[in-house]
Amino acid sequence: MPLSFSFWGHAWSVEWVVLWTDALLYVLIVAAVLLALYIRRHPPLQRPWSRVVRSPMAMGAAVILAAYAAIGLLDSVHVRLPIAPVKGSTVRYYSPELLSVFDLIAGPLRTHTEYSYSAPFATRLYTQETVRLPDGQTRREYPRLKYGGAGLKSAAELGGDVCARVARALAEAGAAWLVAAAALTWRLARRHRCAVWQMALRCLRGDTQVPWRTIGLTFGVVLALGWSAGALCTHYHILGTDEVGRDVFYLSLKSVRTGLVIGTVTTLVMLPFALALGISAGYFRGWVDDVVQYVYTTLNSIPGVLLIAAAVLILQSYMDRHAGLYDTVAARADMRLLFLCLILGITSWTGLCRLLRGETLKLCEADYIQAARAFGVGHGRIITRHILPNVMHIVLISVVLDFSSLVLAEAVLSYVGVGVDPSTISWGNMINSARLEMARQPAVWWPLASAFIFMFALVLSANLFADVVREALDPRTKGRGGER
Amino acid sequence: MTQLGFWIALIATVVFAGCARTPWNDPYPASDRAANILYTAFQERPKHLDPAVSYSSNEVILTGQIYEPPLQYSYLARPYRLEPLTAERVPRPHYLDRQGRPLPSDAPDAQVAYSVYYIHIKPGIRYQPHPAFARDAAGHFLYQHLTPAQLARIHRLSDFPETGTKELTAADYVYEIKRLASPTLDSPILGLMSQHIVGLAQYAKRLAAAYARAPHAFLDLRRYPLTGAKTIDRYTYRIELYGKYPQFKYWLAMPFFAPVPWAVDHFYAQPGMANRNLTLDWFPVGTGPYMLTVNDPNRRMVLVRNPNFHWETYPIQGAPGDAKAGLLKDAGRRLPFVDKVVFSLEKEQIPYWNKFLQGYYDASGIGPDNFDQAIRVGANGEAGLTPAMRKRGIRLQKSVQTSIMYMGFNMLDPVVGGYSQRARDLRQAISIAINYEAYIAIFLNGRGIPAQGPIPPGIFGHVSGPQGIDPYVYDWADGRAQRKPIAEARRLLAEAGYPGGRDAKTGKPLLLYLDTVATGPSDAARLDWLRAQFRKLDIQLVVRATDYNRFQDKMRKGHDQIFEWGWNADYPDPENFLFLLYGPNREVGKNGENAANYENPEYDRLFEAMRDMDDTPARQAIIDRMVRIAQRDAPWVWGFYPVQYTLYHSWYHNAKLNLMANNTLKYLRIDPRARERARDRWNRPRIWPLGVLAGLLVAGILPVAVSYRRKERRVARPSEREGQA
Amino acid sequence: MSAYILRRILYAIPILIGVNLLTFTLFFVVNSPDDMARAHLGTKYVTPAMIQAWKREHGYDKPLLYNSSAPGLGRVTDTIFFTQSVDMFAFRFGRSDDGRDIGRDIRARMGPSLEIQLPVFVIGLATNITFALLTVFFRATYLDLAGTVLSVALMSISGLFYIIAGQYLFAIVLRLVPISGYAGGVESFKFVALPVAIGVVAGVGSGTRWYRTLFLEESGKDYVRTARAKGLSEAQVLFRHVLRNGMIPILTGAVVVIPTLFMGSLIMESFFGIPGLGSYTIDAIQSQDFGIVRAMVFLGSVLYIVGLLLTDLSYTLFDPRVRF
Repeated sequence: MPLSFSFWGHAWSVEWVVLWTDALLYVLIVAAVLLALYIRRHPPLQRPWSRVVRSPMAMGAAVILAAYAAIGLLDSVHVRLPIAPVKGSTVRYYSPELLSVFDLIAGPLRTHTEYSYSAPFATRLYTQETVRLPDGQTRREYPRLKYGGAGLKSAAELGGDVCARVARALAEAGAAWLVAAAALTWRLARRHRCAVWQMALRCLRGDTQVPWRTIGLTFGVVLALGWSAGALCTHYHILGTDEVGRDVFYLSLKSVRTGLVIGTVTTLVMLPFALALGISAGYFRGWVDDVVQYVYTTLNSIPGVLLIAAAVLILQSYMDRHAGLYDTVAARADMRLLFLCLILGITSWTGLCRLLRGETLKLCEADYIQAARAFGVGHGRIITRHILPNVMHIVLISVVLDFSSLVLAEAVLSYVGVGVDPSTISWGNMINSARLEMARQPAVWWPLASAFIFMFALVLSANLFADVVREALDPRTKGRGGER
Repeated sequence: MTQLGFWIALIATVVFAGCARTPWNDPYPASDRAANILYTAFQERPKHLDPAVSYSSNEVILTGQIYEPPLQYSYLARPYRLEPLTAERVPRPHYLDRQGRPLPSDAPDAQVAYSVYYIHIKPGIRYQPHPAFARDAAGHFLYQHLTPAQLARIHRLSDFPETGTKELTAADYVYEIKRLASPTLDSPILGLMSQHIVGLAQYAKRLAAAYARAPHAFLDLRRYPLTGAKTIDRYTYRIELYGKYPQFKYWLAMPFFAPVPWAVDHFYAQPGMANRNLTLDWFPVGTGPYMLTVNDPNRRMVLVRNPNFHWETYPIQGAPGDAKAGLLKDAGRRLPFVDKVVFSLEKEQIPYWNKFLQGYYDASGIGPDNFDQAIRVGANGEAGLTPAMRKRGIRLQKSVQTSIMYMGFNMLDPVVGGYSQRARDLRQAISIAINYEAYIAIFLNGRGIPAQGPIPPGIFGHVSGPQGIDPYVYDWADGRAQRKPIAEARRLLAEAGYPGGRDAKTGKPLLLYLDTVATGPSDAARLDWLRAQFRKLDIQLVVRATDYNRFQDKMRKGHDQIFEWGWNADYPDPENFLFLLYGPNREVGKNGENAANYENPEYDRLFEAMRDMDDTPARQAIIDRMVRIAQRDAPWVWGFYPVQYTLYHSWYHNAKLNLMANNTLKYLRIDPRARERARDRWNRPRIWPLGVLAGLLVAGILPVAVSYRRKERRVARPSEREGQA
Repeated sequence: MSAYILRRILYAIPILIGVNLLTFTLFFVVNSPDDMARAHLGTKYVTPAMIQAWKREHGYDKPLLYNSSAPGLGRVTDTIFFTQSVDMFAFRFGRSDDGRDIGRDIRARMGPSLEIQLPVFVIGLATNITFALLTVFFRATYLDLAGTVLSVALMSISGLFYIIAGQYLFAIVLRLVPISGYAGGVESFKFVALPVAIGVVAGVGSGTRWYRTLFLEESGKDYVRTARAKGLSEAQVLFRHVLRNGMIPILTGAVVVIPTLFMGSLIMESFFGIPGLGSYTIDAIQSQDFGIVRAMVFLGSVLYIVGLLLTDLSYTLFDPRVRF
């Protein structure tokens, strides 16, 4: 739908496009917010979560996850820009090229493409090119980059310029951090009815229930890194460029969305199946149980890669037959991403389903459910009122635990050739091409290193977060909360 | 104490092994270190080694060494020239009219109804040792009537205790031509050859009927005569073709026309053989310099010198410059030189390249990722080796391939197809916009020549210099072809009705579709680049990547719009390229190779005239006219002719790229001693990091051990145990 | 007991039929017999008649699932699905598209796959248990925290990265092992060493964490507390009680994996050029060889079901309380 707004001094009229994965991400956020509100209202449910909130490890990880989520979400609002109308025509056409809000913000990062590889902070290309001199002679040399360090007169200025920019960025980031920290302390002080300086002291000592010191520290680090990167990336390729000269920093950031979508949407699409089948198998037993067990044993026994490969091939042949439905590259790539999520969901729901079935079987033996049954309470009511809330912790644990393994699975699938669309920017695709790049002499190491760092930071924080969530939510571990 | 002794012994072993000269990373058995073996690789397991079926290049590299068709390409001569292999001489066709009466050799085409080739083969040529030929003392075949009891002990071909041989006869060649029509083989050239060999189409039908009657019986082709291929005497056979087909002689140099004796066919057709993977597809039998002894498509294939190989010597004469290049040092010596050729499975290019640098492969191409490591382009734009390569004694050979990689327009498509001026303008505009010079520089490291027409250099009909350029895409200026400026393309686009990439009437942006099978990671970069080329004209290019099956299906149905494709010459004749644009050969409806479905009556008429001519100036004139027509219609963006760079180690001799010949291994010679020395020098293992690793491990264990001790002591005291619980 | 095993085996049959039907459907949605014929016949000079001939020759000219033209039972049996499935259950996998006997290829490729998978499994298990016991021993100390963080870090690294980095370091820079390839017999050691090492390292993170929680659970139980109270040293407690009892869930959890070790490792084998079943599967997917893919799926399912059966049996062996 067309929208009009003003951005960077231009009045822009853009067409808002909602891709399937965008929509599902929005749904996911709404669901998460609703769930959070629900949990807030019910103190018994809130108790384990307050343990999570008090864990410095979890909150540090959460800050990093939030940074990733912010990038991913900005990258999930898609628009089409208008193209200048033809003289005499009043119809407005929009470019078929789909851009996200993140692309618009990262503007120069996306458009500053070089000829080919260049190392991080390089001012010259990594490979030699044949240059034709004015006198008709040709020479092989490392040409200057079009954008990387374009403002510099000579390479000698590089160090000084980078230091100056970083210093300024750090100062700005520090100021921003101080403002944010001051605002927060003020609010906390008001809530705890104490003086601001006392509150600040408590935060610094780490003497608060919510680990504000860790949060502030992580936030500060993220802010400093982000701010410096932002200040540098418009003048340098801080992580180099890839084979066709795209900025690797930009690619790494764009991959965040792909990783998040695979990690979250997959669980979203598999959840209804796992819940419905797992609970009904455990609750109704008999033939329902047999059928459900049959279905998941059958699905489980098929090697997952094959199932995914076949599904991806099916999707491709479908899209080829209905080429008109997917008129942009992005729409096609998105469809494939969604399909990959679906099929990954199908191959991974069996585990959760089995857990839910077992838990439901156990719950059904409980007195209060037996009693509810004896009183003739309807099945639907028993399931929604008594069983569902009591298996929710299993669902949440498996969601957070699955996230990181799904992000890792994407890379492997891309290697096998049944992953996301090759035009989709993802860590898997980056690692995949890095295999060839590492074999060069001298090796092109920065795309692999960037993908590795970005992926590692995400997966590590997700794992750490998941760890705390599991310890807090799993009733079995309650007895030894302090074990760590 | 004993433990200490063990560790000392272990460390001593490691250190000693480290000082030893033998490399650790040798992928081959130690016993083969100094042997006269050539090492190369195969990327994909060959599917067929049956000469009637095998067609792909990775199969021909094997079948070419094993099978001997009557003719071969001269190894050193350029331009490519045919010479006899098992035949006495290169046959000349005899022309017959409709009634079968002989015609003079200069008879006009219209009168020639049949051409007949008489092929005389050299006597005394014998097949490789093989159980199919084994006979007992009485002269009866040993293994042609295998019983289940006999077969029970057989798992490999080498399980047959006896082998025999047989003289090569004309009947073996005729038998193979008949096999092309076999209903169980699906020869890829049956369709094409049915149009040329007299009676082959009907023959295929007869065989199919016979096969349908008795599907499990052995189909003895000797009992079914074929008009077009007959044995005259023990060493002579004749092939009869419809009309004139001068290109037929080239087919006689391909394994499709190699000999297959009846005995071999029958041997493999016995029940139970196929279940043991014992088929002609896997264990070929020929008269060539090598025989296949190990066929493990999962790992390696081994060719071993055929002890029965006939007398053949290294060529005495070469092309100019060959003597200087050291290619005539072995002139007149008996072939082959190498005892054994080992093909290892190597799916990836990276390990291949690294093993080449370590001396474990003898020759290598250069991937885009290794280019800068291997090649340094000099001041005059001439590519040469880097000092690091030269230090290792590696040599470089360059040659333009007889292939073309192009981007085609589907001429049936309503947008880019058609023959109106509008459509031509659009195609020409795109042809200008796609900067293949940049493509070659970025993705091929300069290993390509921008194409100006369908015929690559090295093939008769190719014109270089100012006359050869495509005048619709290039200008000749400063002594070289220069791509027309993008402004010209934009002007053409405007004339085509899309000013600024928008439909002049509706203002709708122009969207074009590229169909491709490219889905790999390196393709993504390439496709990105391609989109940018179209964006120069403000055209949006949508890439539809599909799997190979779907792509082919689309091409057959004409649902494609723009596609990328390539063609490798079957033989060095312009007909093999110009037929790619011949109307009756189009893909949609005719299942031909004309993937663009280009159809121009004038072009087709000229093609029919040119097809059967010898390489004369008159033929050149017709070809020039045809190329000009195609350039104007622009059904293809001509793309480029790839240039192949090959690297050889210093111990690898007599290497000369021959793009037509497939039996070149017999000419190669290697120096195993030099190779062994080089391998030892290049592969000394670096052990010290292992020591560092071990040190780190100890450093990590130490605090653990210390704190273990401490804790153990602490736990023993009860007061603290309370605190722990 | 034997009745129980028999019941489980019978129960496996419908699952295998389901697997067969599912893969069959999936495969023919994308890959019609015509496509297969074309892929098989190559790209140059292919005519429709040749495609028909190929289909007849390879038994793909019948209807897929239901033959309306055949009489009686033939409507179901005279189809591609039925004829191919029946052979499958007899472990006759037929021939691949290139005419090779699949059963033979599978047997030949099992060895190399096992040569990597078995050491990875055994060494990995031993390493993981050792590390897990160590972290439990040092629980609630900085060593434990460091171990946990380290194992989380290790499991946050993509497996591809381990392989790429390992190959680069040990094969290219240090030249300690061949980059890729395989040889039978004693020689195979130098080819297998690096993949096994990488396989173990890649699994150490998650393995250690998983076993750590198992051991922690065990060490929190009453009998362990009693043992401690008796004055046994911590090491004795861990090895005598925690390890022994913790092994039950570990071994039963591991048993299900053992049969599937035969299937090989997809990525590792194609990186190191090991001619095992993993690379066989990948090749088949890429060349769309229906015969091989189905055989591998069937084999995978059978092995998985065998694994489940073994798990049940191992419960009875390790845990005397379970009886059937």
